[in-house]
Amino acid sequence: MGKTVSEKILSRASGKDVYAGDIVVAEIDAVMMHDGMAKLVIDAFNEMNGRRVWDPSRVLIVIDHVAPSAYEAFSKVHKLMREFAFKHNVKFREVGSGICHQLMIESGLVSPGSLIVASDSHTCTYGALGAFSTGIGSTETAAVLISGKLWFKVPETIRVIVDGKLPLMVYPKDVILNIVGRVGADGATYKAIEFTGSTVKSMDVEGRLTLTNMAVEMGAKTGIIEPDEKTYAFLGSIGHKADSGFRSDEDAEYSETLKFDVSDLEPQVACPHRVDNVKPISEVEGKEVDQVFIGSCTNGRIYDLRVAAEILKGRHVKRGVRAIIVPASRRVYRQALMEGLIQIFIDSGCAVCNPGCGPCAGAHQGILAPGEVCISTSNRNFKARMGSPEAEIYLASPATAAASAVTGEITDPRRFMREG
Amino acid sequence: MRISGKAVIFGDDVNTDVIIPSKHLTSLDPEELAKHAMEGLDPKFPEKARGGVIIVAGRNFGCGSSREQAPLALKHAGVKCILADFFARIFYRNAINIGLPVLECPGISGRIEEGDILTVDLEEGKIINETRKAVIEAHKLPGFILEILRDGGLIAHLKKRLGGMES
Repeated sequence: MGKTVSEKILSRASGKDVYAGDIVVAEIDAVMMHDGMAKLVIDAFNEMNGRRVWDPSRVLIVIDHVAPSAYEAFSKVHKLMREFAFKHNVKFREVGSGICHQLMIESGLVSPGSLIVASDSHTCTYGALGAFSTGIGSTETAAVLISGKLWFKVPETIRVIVDGKLPLMVYPKDVILNIVGRVGADGATYKAIEFTGSTVKSMDVEGRLTLTNMAVEMGAKTGIIEPDEKTYAFLGSIGHKADSGFRSDEDAEYSETLKFDVSDLEPQVACPHRVDNVKPISEVEGKEVDQVFIGSCTNGRIYDLRVAAEILKGRHVKRGVRAIIVPASRRVYRQALMEGLIQIFIDSGCAVCNPGCGPCAGAHQGILAPGEVCISTSNRNFKARMGSPEAEIYLASPATAAASAVTGEITDPRRFMREG
Repeated sequence: MRISGKAVIFGDDVNTDVIIPSKHLTSLDPEELAKHAMEGLDPKFPEKARGGVIIVAGRNFGCGSSREQAPLALKHAGVKCILADFFARIFYRNAINIGLPVLECPGISGRIEEGDILTVDLEEGKIINETRKAVIEAHKLPGFILEILRDGGLIAHLKKRLGGMES
């Protein structure tokens, strides 16, 4: 019987021939933790009498959620993380390096076919590179640090086929919001989602990362895309040669196959307070906003910043609105500087913050007051995510967010289409 | 394992940001986290939960982030068990790992009312509604999960079974 990519990766990592429903103990290829969870992980590691990390070269520790620290309590956590990282000689990324998921990708720890876990729900992002990656809790992360192993139930896979050429100023973010809206916040619980189809195949890896990043918003264990020449070229471009990876067999079994045609897709917006409360922009336009956030592990890459800069160039953020731009990593920041994007943002009145999670983490930058409205390129619009439970968060593409920054209300970016 | 307590009802898709808003993750103390449990939905919840309650919820309980502070805050606020139609997967694993029993019971949300006295038999996968004299069948937990819960969580379980995990 044929296998899906996920079944092949979990078979390889467990050394057994496994299919959906089987429970396996598998060898982990890489693990990551960040400052949002590190204290609990390190406490659990110590409580389990952990003495050594099983393989320091496969461990990445990142300070990104509250970076630089805004509270003494977090400063203590950061101190603890540095001590742990240096004692165990694991890979470590200091304040200002960027978002943990972007840094995992840039670090070379993610390759097609690898099995990766981390104490963050958006770990599913790496599936865009053909890896099986999923979020776990802090106690389990500690167990992985010690043993290098974890148990998994091999998930069933939902195949999502996306076809059609994306219209102008409609982006991968609009595609994934449209998919989340249809599948629902719990429509893929415990399952893997395999994204395929001509739209996905022609999409840059950066856009694919936006798709897989939001798999967890449908409850999925992971989002995954078969590696192809674009995947290998992308890894090569950031200095990592890889030739590994798996493709799904023709006769692999899927629990469900969903088809999407995006050739007439409008820009999409997820409305408060659910990620699956998705509407076409035409139904949401005109809603006044107080804050605009462009960044996050969903949409903080160079591709996203280029899209935002294209709209903000020569224009100014509306009076009364603050626009916060946070590049996903130092590498992205440097590239944006070289391309002149940062200057465009500064000239247009945006606040450009250092690489990190920024307002999406809801702990230190861009906290919303009661009654305020934020349009954000991140992945969650839950109540109290970015501050007051009485604030509202709308999720959209970098183009829609940038257009809204200029007008001060949720705006269809196609109104800003430039000639030529 | 039998657990008894008063039912507190919640709806579908209760997410980790309302269970423990991220601004409180600055606290490292479970008792401090407990003071803000469910703050996004019901700021009076810690008062209600004191002394021990059983949460009864709908679909996809605990969706969102992987923060283990979410089940920790609930446990320390006085939640003894959570019954739901089904759970988001990371929350489900986290709750078991910290020793907070979670039981999937499709259709539970419509069959219990706020304040009903419940007894949950984890081994049998049964919920007894003492107030309404009804028995509701839940999905039984696999043996290895019951063992982790009996030991009080993954850390205690590993210590007990393996004499500590030393690398």
